[in-house]
Amino acid sequence: MSFPGAAREALGNAQLRRNLGKATTTIRDKRARTVAELPDWEALRDAGAAIKARAMATLPEQLERLEASVQRAGGVVHWARDGAEANAIVAGVARAHGAREVIKVKSLVTDEIGLNAALAEQGVQAIETDLAELIIQLEGGRPSHILVPAIHRNRAEIRRLFERTIARDGALSDDPPALTDAARRYLRERFLSVPVAVSGANFAVAETGTVAVVESEGNGRMCTTLPDVLVTVMGIEKVLPEWRDLEVFLQLLPRSSTAERMNPYTSLWTGVRDDDGPREFHLVLLDAGRTQVLADEVGRQALHCIRCSACLNVCPVYSRVGGHAYESVYPGPIGAILTPQLRGLKEAPTLPWASSLCGACFDACPVKIDIPSVLVHLRGRVVREAKGRVSAERAAMGAMAAVFASHKRYERAQRLARLGRGPLASAALPGWTRMRDLPEVPRETFRDWWRSRA
Amino acid sequence: MTARDAVLGRIRDALGDAPPAPDVPRDYRGAAAPGEHDVVARFCERVAEYRATVTRAEAGELPDVLARLCRRRRAARIAVPPGGHDRLPGVEVVVDAPPLEPRALDALDGVLTGCALAIADTGTIVLDGGERSGRRALTLVPDWHVCVVEEAAIVAAVPDAVAALAAAAAEGRPITLVSGPSATSDIELDRVEGVHGPRTLDVVVVRA
Repeated sequence: MSFPGAAREALGNAQLRRNLGKATTTIRDKRARTVAELPDWEALRDAGAAIKARAMATLPEQLERLEASVQRAGGVVHWARDGAEANAIVAGVARAHGAREVIKVKSLVTDEIGLNAALAEQGVQAIETDLAELIIQLEGGRPSHILVPAIHRNRAEIRRLFERTIARDGALSDDPPALTDAARRYLRERFLSVPVAVSGANFAVAETGTVAVVESEGNGRMCTTLPDVLVTVMGIEKVLPEWRDLEVFLQLLPRSSTAERMNPYTSLWTGVRDDDGPREFHLVLLDAGRTQVLADEVGRQALHCIRCSACLNVCPVYSRVGGHAYESVYPGPIGAILTPQLRGLKEAPTLPWASSLCGACFDACPVKIDIPSVLVHLRGRVVREAKGRVSAERAAMGAMAAVFASHKRYERAQRLARLGRGPLASAALPGWTRMRDLPEVPRETFRDWWRSRA
Repeated sequence: MTARDAVLGRIRDALGDAPPAPDVPRDYRGAAAPGEHDVVARFCERVAEYRATVTRAEAGELPDVLARLCRRRRAARIAVPPGGHDRLPGVEVVVDAPPLEPRALDALDGVLTGCALAIADTGTIVLDGGERSGRRALTLVPDWHVCVVEEAAIVAAVPDAVAALAAAAAEGRPITLVSGPSATSDIELDRVEGVHGPRTLDVVVVRA
């Protein structure tokens, strides 16, 4: 479905709009306060943007350094051209250890490549351990926000879901602590017994081979510490050149995403360690369209994204239609520029228009991705690359160019506009006037007024 | 062609005539910048805002303070890393050597450790898998974590901590940053403390 169609459906859901409105407003205000605490915030954003640009400009070197560092620390590094290759690598590791189940840390990239379904085909069940991801998995739904994937569900809906699935033996209250406790009891046994875990990565440092997972609940610590085997799937754009670069991102990410000074838990591990944590560590470096994004000199900055979700929360479009309308694991403004580039413009040609170009996302972005400029650039690409197709917009623009080229034609058009406004124009431009008012045409044009003065 | 060669080749093609790598402007507050605050006071204030408790103590009174905390949390049996405080009045202390199995850790009432350092601005405790911090599982599975922080180990801000941890990272030591007890805001953004990590975090700040 196109974005306008999906958005119209979402806008009809009053419950969804209430949940979203409350959530995005709360987090937006909190973020503004936490960011205001740091006097050097703008300098951190400049550094973050430059580190990412530097990592992308030297990407082959950084990935080779990362590979060598991880191998030196006892890890195994795999490369994957696409999602299918990455999924096969993870399934291969799980099968080699005879695992029927794997536990998973919340990871956007594994959602992007459909890892859970691919594992299920191989007889391996993936268990999501982040509370919101668990909710989504139990209801068979789709995430609607990068950071709080079940933002579209309220407590009563979650209680009914848990009573049907993981807490069938007793009546639950719809108090968030009671619901959280039900999830804790259900998952603890899995943390203690499942031998293979799968995670994504927020950052991976080329210099030291250190991988970072930033989280709140402790499920990330559980998955990266207790199982015998850990497999981490990361997009190639997640690499940071130097250890020191973490001093910037460990400040930018928590304040931009959960609006906290620091998230409860950050795990940083390097290969394997005797008597501490998994005995086997696999790192899968995934392309899956990223090199295609890198080839577009305007669009490549989308790869700088650290998945904080600040742009979602400030976006007037996202905060009304929610994440599902974007039909991708990457919703909101960043999704509108990332999804069409990762999948190809033909797969998501309406997403670059899912924006009013107000620029709030650019102001909020901790690594200064100029999302509005990339949106405009992608709109141009969609129009150019779809050339030859008859389009009402192109016909209208052609007629407009002819009118503007001659002052006689221009004045005639102005007189016609005064006559033709109202029902006539609405009938001629149905798609355009359904969501917009036609501007009022003044009774007298500037040219007529000037002549009457003379 | 291997996947490795294919991906590296695609990247080189994509970069083509891309502009050279920019220098990184580091005009933010870096490591060892002059401090404007009393780091100990700020650390205590910010840890408490995460709904962890903070107790301040002199070195000599530490065993009594720790025993009192155990009584308050009704903890009869706790674990410590090898070399930790293994004698607390009225408490059975289990030393994590040889390493305790996860299920044994799950059966404990709590765990008592030190830390590598702490960050004042963010109220963060840093564990580095060393002697004071213990193994990662030790501070993760039990439901209650008491952490002793020496005043001298408190640094002002994140860049100070990252600089101090460079050697540990280069050695391949696992590093965990802990800022308050585990928490979630996944249900209507209401914050709930205590999900999978320790549901209670008590911090004891001790004068060296």
